[in-house]
Amino acid sequence: MTLENTIETVVADRPQALSQTSTHYCPGCLHGVAHRLIAEVLDELGIRERTLLVAPVGCSVFAFNYFECDAVVAPHGRAPAVATGLKRVSPDKIVFAYQGDGDLASIGTAEIIHAAVRGENITVIFINNAVYGMTGGQMAPTSLVGMKTTSSPFGRDVKTMGSPLKMSELIAQIDGATFVSRRSLHSPAEIRKAKKAIRRAFEVQINHQGFSLVELLSNCPTNWDMKPLESLRWIETRMVPVFPLGDLKNAVASHGIKGV
Amino acid sequence: MAKQLLKGNEAIAEAAVRAGVDAYFGYPITPQTELLEYMSKRMPELGRAFVQAESELGAINMVYGAACAGKRAMTSSSSPGVSLMQEGLSYIAAAEVPIVLVDVMRGGPGLGNIAPSQSDYFQMVKSAGHGDFKPIVLAPASVQEAIDMIGLAFDLADKYRTVVTLLLDGTIGQMMEPAELPPMSVKRSGAPGWALTGASGRPKNGIIPFRMQADDLEAFNLQLQQKLALIAHTEVRYHEQSVEDAELIVVGFGTAGRIAQTAVKMARRQGIKAGLFRPITLWPFPERRLSQLADDARGFLVVEMNAGQMVEDVRLAVGGQAPVKFLGRMGGSLPMPDEILSAIVKLDQTTTPAHPVGAIEGPMTPLKHFVSIN
Ligand SMILES: Cc1ncc(C[n+]2csc(CCOP(=O)(O)OP(=O)(O)O)c2C)c(N)n1
Repeated sequence: MTLENTIETVVADRPQALSQTSTHYCPGCLHGVAHRLIAEVLDELGIRERTLLVAPVGCSVFAFNYFECDAVVAPHGRAPAVATGLKRVSPDKIVFAYQGDGDLASIGTAEIIHAAVRGENITVIFINNAVYGMTGGQMAPTSLVGMKTTSSPFGRDVKTMGSPLKMSELIAQIDGATFVSRRSLHSPAEIRKAKKAIRRAFEVQINHQGFSLVELLSNCPTNWDMKPLESLRWIETRMVPVFPLGDLKNAVASHGIKGV
Repeated sequence: MAKQLLKGNEAIAEAAVRAGVDAYFGYPITPQTELLEYMSKRMPELGRAFVQAESELGAINMVYGAACAGKRAMTSSSSPGVSLMQEGLSYIAAAEVPIVLVDVMRGGPGLGNIAPSQSDYFQMVKSAGHGDFKPIVLAPASVQEAIDMIGLAFDLADKYRTVVTLLLDGTIGQMMEPAELPPMSVKRSGAPGWALTGASGRPKNGIIPFRMQADDLEAFNLQLQQKLALIAHTEVRYHEQSVEDAELIVVGFGTAGRIAQTAVKMARRQGIKAGLFRPITLWPFPERRLSQLADDARGFLVVEMNAGQMVEDVRLAVGGQAPVKFLGRMGGSLPMPDEILSAIVKLDQTTTPAHPVGAIEGPMTPLKHFVSIN
């Protein structure tokens, strides 16, 4: 074959919103997949140049290195408050927070709940990997019952440690939340659905329709002590039954235009 | 503009509005709440941002976000609320974005009470959060000064991209005084180059309050310390009264300094050569001027509405050149002019040449209610 008739159409490319760099994430980690999906959506919606990222404290504290948009790092758990401040003074910008489950479901519960209560016109991408990745695999509020972590060495015991916190269900019942969806990254089919939900969430914001959140079931091969493929199966067989997938709320309705 | 009878908290709020504040975020706490309430009406009227946050953690982080967008952002609170804001203040210092915080201090520790106090000197001046940073701390002694200082606070915050705090006690927040407001300033248009406005036609901006590599973080800290050194060199402010020939210097900030002014006048009438030194910037502390005054003064009396906080800085500045006595009231009680006068008289008697410095070690005769630390 000659060169001329091989290079015709590009079937896969790096989204413009994704930086030309390698990431620090562990092999097999799905943070990278989540990043790519968001970047593709920013490209498709043509909003990269007016998008502001609020990165959390957690493994994705470096997310600002991987997105070609303006970014700030919030204190642990406070991303929705920082995003609120940004959005209220820049209503023409697209503001999204990217948070882990320790960040969003533990230390930052008040901030996420009240951002939803106020119907802040922001988008939150919530990575649920059932552990605290960055600090070395401690128990998270989303850890499964019986799950062994570095801070629940005998397994999560409901009697003393409670059971998994379902944040998306909690947030879906808040009037101010417009779009809440839980998706998973464990298979190509689910990844496609996840991207659709992410796109929907950003569209809600673009249309000034209020608070949107997409929870993504994710993995942590390193701290789960599993091979990457094994970790994908674990999401499917263990996490999905506890955290059912689907749109938990889709109330694209008459939320007023937020901001100044 | 003519003088009006204005309540401290509301005057500060309106002065901030006129200084061009774009966004206010706060949480109710006495004796600061009128500021929040005033803003809840005024900011929407002007199409500016106002949010009653879910907590002081929320409020300070909203301020952080709005400041990252290059807007003039502020919050206000009182002592326990400011304790909650410390993590945010530290991030903001590391991010080098300008913000203004008004702390209308109340009694502590714990829930303490809602009465006026100066119990946050340590919290604001020495330890506003983790890591090596210091906010600029301005201490007004009247409603008028508070009005004037809020404009200054925003200007200093912008100039140095730093946290500026107005530190006042509940008395000034709650009292009404005749004062004059500045005219409405023309709002700044556009945003500074570092602000998050979208990476359109330029490389992306990042506001990143961490540096993972030791070398990088040390280099950042050195640069931050240089900035603080420049502030310390340039921005010292204080008020003096009859210090030229003073043998005894009374030092107090805010309300305590204002009451001490009356006591100093009373002492003068008795023939005691007393003078008043009132720091206006608590950081940077006017240490050089105090050290100069110590060349000639026989003794210092520090008056505070706490158990003795600023007195430590006065002692450092005086450097053992003269005795430094302390008089403090707590829990919402104010030091009264006659009480301060008694302490001045005592200081006068114990520091006359007949009583050389060495002979007056040990506590002053304890006066009822006073904390007296030596
Ligand atoms: C106030 C505060 N408390 C604790 C920490 C330590 N810390 C850093 S990341 C983290 C957990 C992050 O876990 P998660 O949000 O689940 O994100 P992941 O790392 O798994 O992506 C913790 C506890 C911190 N930086 N700040």
